Amino acid sequence: MITQLIGGVPARALILLGALLIGFLAAPLFVGDYLLTVMILILYFAYTGQAWNIMMGFAGQLSLGHALYVGLGAYTAAALYVHFGLSPWIGLAVAVPLAALTGAVIGFLAFRFGVGGVYFAILTIAFAEFARVGFDHFGWTNASSGLFLPVAQYAHNDLWQLRGHPVMFYYVLLAATALAFVFCRALLKSRVGYFWLAIREDEEAARSAGIDTFHYKMIAVVISAAMTSFAGVIYAFYYNNLFPEQVFNISRSIDIILAPIVGGIGTLFGPILGCFVIEVLAEGLRSLLELFGVDVPGIKQVVFGAILLLVVVAMPDGVWPWIARKLNLTERRL
Amino acid sequence: MPADIYLNVAVGGILTGLVYGLMALGLSVIFGVVRVVNFAHGEMMTVAMYIAVTLFSALHLDPLVMLVPIAAVLFAFGYVLQAGLINSFINRPEHSQFLLLIAIAIMIANVLLIVFGPNAQNVQVAYGFDSFQFGPLIIDATKAYAALAAIAVSATLLIFFRSTSLGTSIRACADNYTGALVVGLNVKRLYALTFGLGAACVGAAGPMLLLIFDVTPAAGPAYTLLAFVIVITGGLGSMPGALVGGVLIGLTEALAGLVFTPSAKSMFAFAILVLVLLFRPQGIMGKRAA
Amino acid sequence: MTALLSVDGVTKQFRGLLAVDKATFDVAEGEIFAVIGPNGAGKTTLFNMIAGVYTPDGGSISFSGERIEGLTPDKICRRGIARTFQIVRPFPALTVEENVIVGALLHRHGVNEARKRAHDLLRRLELYDKRTQAASSLTLPDRKRMELARALATDPKLILLDEVMAGLRPTEIDRIVTTLRELNREIGLTILLIEHVMRAVMALAVRVLVIHHGAAIADGKPDQVVRNTAVIDSYLGADAVG
Repeated sequence: MITQLIGGVPARALILLGALLIGFLAAPLFVGDYLLTVMILILYFAYTGQAWNIMMGFAGQLSLGHALYVGLGAYTAAALYVHFGLSPWIGLAVAVPLAALTGAVIGFLAFRFGVGGVYFAILTIAFAEFARVGFDHFGWTNASSGLFLPVAQYAHNDLWQLRGHPVMFYYVLLAATALAFVFCRALLKSRVGYFWLAIREDEEAARSAGIDTFHYKMIAVVISAAMTSFAGVIYAFYYNNLFPEQVFNISRSIDIILAPIVGGIGTLFGPILGCFVIEVLAEGLRSLLELFGVDVPGIKQVVFGAILLLVVVAMPDGVWPWIARKLNLTERRL
Repeated sequence: MPADIYLNVAVGGILTGLVYGLMALGLSVIFGVVRVVNFAHGEMMTVAMYIAVTLFSALHLDPLVMLVPIAAVLFAFGYVLQAGLINSFINRPEHSQFLLLIAIAIMIANVLLIVFGPNAQNVQVAYGFDSFQFGPLIIDATKAYAALAAIAVSATLLIFFRSTSLGTSIRACADNYTGALVVGLNVKRLYALTFGLGAACVGAAGPMLLLIFDVTPAAGPAYTLLAFVIVITGGLGSMPGALVGGVLIGLTEALAGLVFTPSAKSMFAFAILVLVLLFRPQGIMGKRAA
Repeated sequence: MTALLSVDGVTKQFRGLLAVDKATFDVAEGEIFAVIGPNGAGKTTLFNMIAGVYTPDGGSISFSGERIEGLTPDKICRRGIARTFQIVRPFPALTVEENVIVGALLHRHGVNEARKRAHDLLRRLELYDKRTQAASSLTLPDRKRMELARALATDPKLILLDEVMAGLRPTEIDRIVTTLRELNREIGLTILLIEHVMRAVMALAVRVLVIHHGAAIADGKPDQVVRNTAVIDSYLGADAVG
């Protein structure tokens, strides 16, 4: 199994990967509290980007409403914790099927009725917006007033209740991202992966080769949704407050897609690299502005927009394929 | 609830819907001809609204009076955007186009945030509290004027597309890109013109809408989505469809806001979108794409 | 012998145009059957109905005794009918090998097993050396052979070839003809082809159906059909007959 996962990957890449992993494992020992939070964000977006990438990069379906699944995961786990004291891991066990089901409904509606491309994207936006407005009126989760978790303490790390120092969240996200990475690699090399790529490349030709495209698109949507809901659980327990207006906001959906697009849709390294690029640029800019005493809300987002614009215009395949070519590390698969 | 209230809310919704229709008409023109998914549509309208706000607070110029200049500014913006940037994306994969416009939308929205701040802004025109009364029917002056302006602008645009040779050329591009090229039409220039016209629509609709609603920098996406719902419901490729769709959505929203809670009214627009996409994707007046 | 494929009174109308008019013919197992006729005659529409892209407005299509008209393309492929496209449709970003593996995975669950099958087919179609190249970098003849390999990888009983010879030079045509003959002989592959290239039709086909304006105007052995006056008038022209 390991050989199959590693097969075809040049030794240089594996070494790089190993170094990266060790770097991430050791980082908390060296970075300050603030940088730690930045790295948590990087891992968070690397993870969600990877999950989103399954739908878009592998199966070719553009989702612009992924915040829906984050929100569902977040609210489910948080509500169960606040109302029943249930551990977020149990909350996760409830959230994942819920998100998967929601994804399945959206997928079914879209694919059964031939809704694709831009219409599919609009459909996903509409569902996320529907959830946003809906949760704004949902009493059990405090509607628009927001759902609050009891404020965390940093002294004691309780993994079961996800209460503790940010470092705990860091390692949980690191484990999740690493597992997601391995999982995606395994998927890509499997029968499902081949079918997804065929569908992405030419759906009609894929159908003529006997692939039940509806079935496999549904699998992509369900897996993507389920994986994303985990990020929602972490979101809830890390930030400790949830407002429908923020959690389901279209900006959140766009944040999720930024990393994989900048990094490279359909690649394994893309989402991770994309995060780095974006966060480094954003933080760099923020620090620079702080030096000049400028603290304007919205600058960071303008920069994100500009980065996205630049990437789309100049490096449409993303930064990773460009770098990989320079380093001669191209994965044989796009 | 007395029937009067339903009547008044419904009529108010229809009038607002006419303005929505103009906004959606712009999107229909852009999407129908240039085939670009303009995710920055709502943001362009917000820009127009802010221009109107600024002109009003600085020079006390009524938004409706400033309609034409603002529309002209947006026309220029749209033209340059298409000619300079989007035209090179014509043959790129779909998602590249969306992302391009999403990027532009993000930048516009946040620049507006930086310049104008997050608080809602509006205009207080002299006739802001006036109304016309016809028996039980009470119509807000603002909505009435806005709707009339919307009808005027839409009618002008429809006549342009039906009756002028330029309009016909543009419609030819929509039907058949290669065919248009082959008969010597400068398609890229026509695309830029079309995007400009679409932008001019929201340039006009913005000030009209400002008479009815406040504006915030973050208002864009909701309007973009609304425009898409209307265009899809009314029918892609059908300009009258955009107006019909606008009225329908304006009406539904208003009544839904009355019967349920006002803040939930957008949920009905989405429900309609989903239903249309599933059961009648060509919309009410659209032609099924070949 | 019962026919493998049975097309009976199949009709297709597109708004004002009657594209296929009560087409009726049988293809026996192991046969190589050609459909020829002028452009716009309805050949591809006929194919597309067999392949599941269109649903006939009338008539029926049976394969191995079961009705298949109206089934979706993927179901048709799973039942054992593969097809190639008039304008080749590779999976551009995938390698040649991966393209064929996609086909091979239809009836196999392991990627390794599928890869072995893909390699066998690539060797037979002389593409083995190019297997790690991106499909988008191939020349037209190579793409056609790759698409053929991909279709064959789905283990079909019947393969529909839509003008597979178009745009190929005579030597390449001969290569594909030889390969198709071999497959027909060795594994009993039934072949239904649309062709304009008469060289290939005469070399391959055991029976020929001629279609004009959606209707059959001749059906029989190749040398009979090419001498049929209606066929000569409508399509071949007097010079075509040797």
